[in-house]
Amino acid sequence: MTSPFAQDLYPYKRHPDQDASRAAHHPVTIVGAGPVGLALAIDLAQRNIPTLVLDDNSRVSTGSRAICFAKRTLEIADRLGVGEALVSKGVQWNLGKVFSGERKVYEFNLAPEDGHKNPAFINLQQYYLEIALVGRLRALQAEGAPVDLRGENRVSTPVAHADHVALTVETPDGFYSLKTDWLIACDGANSPIRNRMGLNFKGRVFEDNFLIADVTMQADFPTERWFWFDPPFNPGQSALLHKQPDGVWRIDLQLGWDIDREAEMDPERVRDRVAQMLGPDVAFDLEWVSIYTFQCRRMERLRHGRVLFAGDAAHQVSPFGARGANSGLQDADNLGWKLAAVVEGGAPENLLDSYDFERAQAADENLLNSTRSTDFITPKSQISHVFRDAVLDLAKNHAFARPFVNSGRLSQPTTYDGSCLNTVDGLPGAPPRTRPGAPCPDARLEDGYLLDALGHRFFLLALNCDPPAATGLPHLSPQITDDIRSRYLGSASSALYLIRPDQHVAARWPSATVQAVKNALSCAKGHPP
Amino acid sequence: MTHLIQTPNLPDADAVYADVLAAHEGQTLEESAALNARLILILANHIGEADVIREALEMAKKSVSADNRAK
Ligand SMILES: Cc1cc2nc3c(=O)[nH]c(=O)nc-3n(C[C@H](O)[C@H](O)[C@H](O)COP(=O)(O)OP(=O)(O)OC[C@H]3O[C@@H](n4cnc5c(N)ncnc54)[C@H](O)[C@@H]3O)c2cc1C
Repeated sequence: MTSPFAQDLYPYKRHPDQDASRAAHHPVTIVGAGPVGLALAIDLAQRNIPTLVLDDNSRVSTGSRAICFAKRTLEIADRLGVGEALVSKGVQWNLGKVFSGERKVYEFNLAPEDGHKNPAFINLQQYYLEIALVGRLRALQAEGAPVDLRGENRVSTPVAHADHVALTVETPDGFYSLKTDWLIACDGANSPIRNRMGLNFKGRVFEDNFLIADVTMQADFPTERWFWFDPPFNPGQSALLHKQPDGVWRIDLQLGWDIDREAEMDPERVRDRVAQMLGPDVAFDLEWVSIYTFQCRRMERLRHGRVLFAGDAAHQVSPFGARGANSGLQDADNLGWKLAAVVEGGAPENLLDSYDFERAQAADENLLNSTRSTDFITPKSQISHVFRDAVLDLAKNHAFARPFVNSGRLSQPTTYDGSCLNTVDGLPGAPPRTRPGAPCPDARLEDGYLLDALGHRFFLLALNCDPPAATGLPHLSPQITDDIRSRYLGSASSALYLIRPDQHVAARWPSATVQAVKNALSCAKGHPP
Repeated sequence: MTHLIQTPNLPDADAVYADVLAAHEGQTLEESAALNARLILILANHIGEADVIREALEMAKKSVSADNRAK
């Protein structure tokens, strides 16, 4: 059997655009068929916005990449039509163990909050996510949605004009030209688009190397996350062991800064290290071995006129906390409906500036969290080492110290506080977690789940009140279950929520007039007040 | 918001000071640094308010620079 990642998933095919006498025109062009570009393309296709995806190869990503996908990503995936496929293939776990030196410091159980359709997170190889997304894109295309994905189409020179962007695309048959109204660069951390446009990408390099190995094991290791500080098999450094589907395990060994990369990559040496880690009786095969260094950085602005950046092209984080692909999918989630609203002509272009504001805010939050984790895991000064060890010493016997232990804080969606799309919170006594700007938490309904019912349009959620007539918006008036009460009402006796197409709260009141709803809707679509 | 207490607050400051010294007795500088770190974490948790801890950190930082300036 060929490995799932070795298939030509979207092989090159000559397209009539390549023989056109004048550059063909496309409303939206996405560069890069990684998780972010694919997710955005599906979202736009579901909204019937003509979308073209160009990728410089024809395969899913290979090597050790993302494995941990958080709940918000699964909720977005549900909206895109692939959530259930991911969850059924993914590995779920709750138990984590932290070791320091030879001993176990403590273990924790991440039992998820009740009343959510999706688990708190799953482990799944990134290529399975990409395969599911490509499958979904092709299915939409087959149903007649205006979307296309062209393999081995490398975008080489974008030239931005006031009303369009001109592209040169390189294929096995040579170059051709395209024109697009909007160019979305989802072309990864080394973004050629960003580089060609001469845009900066500043931040911090972590002076450290990590050996990442994916190994297949027959052994019956428990489905848990094990994290070591200063283990005997990797003295002075950290290590991580994590399970993926198909009997594959992710091993992550910190190596330090001054290393001989070639010697460290020697399969014999890697096998030796892994054997010390797993114990003498465990048989295993190496699937992937690579050495990574990590950076924490972002672009100053995610929108440059008609060119917008999303995913790793726009921001890069260390992998502690699994924030790369998870936050990239939220970029797509945020941008999809806004771009659709602008392309369809209903919304002003500056709605796209709110993408920059909201997702830059998210990028900062992710950078902050992943920098903190990295500083804990790989202390860079003597005194930060002293504090780190103090935490680990205390954590063994004292529960109070355990929240200080930071081996990665799992990606959480950002609440867009301060966004110009929000209407001032008008619901006293309601829970802060559902304030304007917040992502809607899921809740069990009498029949199904809230987020499935909300879908991907502006929506009114009416609790113990009647939604005003003639807003033109779909609405839902569910039974007040315990989940709904604790997540959406708090001590308020009634509530009307205006929810955005990306399932973030735009406004909330005890009840509202048509005019109040229309004003909030107009504000959430980027119109000035 | 609670503020950092900046006025004398220990009935027997001498005794507390002696206890701190006693805890460090016979320790190498390294062991003492580790002990101090544990102590800071324990006390920070007891205080339970990030703002108060920030005020304390500010006060600690400022006192050193004032000292240096005097030299
Ligand atoms: C070891 C490791 C572990 C990780 N673990 C996690 C994790 O657990 N959870 C998580 O969320 N994230 C994780 N990440 C991060 C995650 O892999 C990335 O954030 C994610 O792949 C970003 O997706 P993207 O679509 O932005 O970019 P990419 O996946 O890099 O895709 C970019 C695409 O653009 C194409 N392209 C580039 N240039 C051009 C061009 N000129 N023309 C056309 N196409 C082009 C490329 O071929 C590629 O297909 C991890 C990363 C690493 C390295």
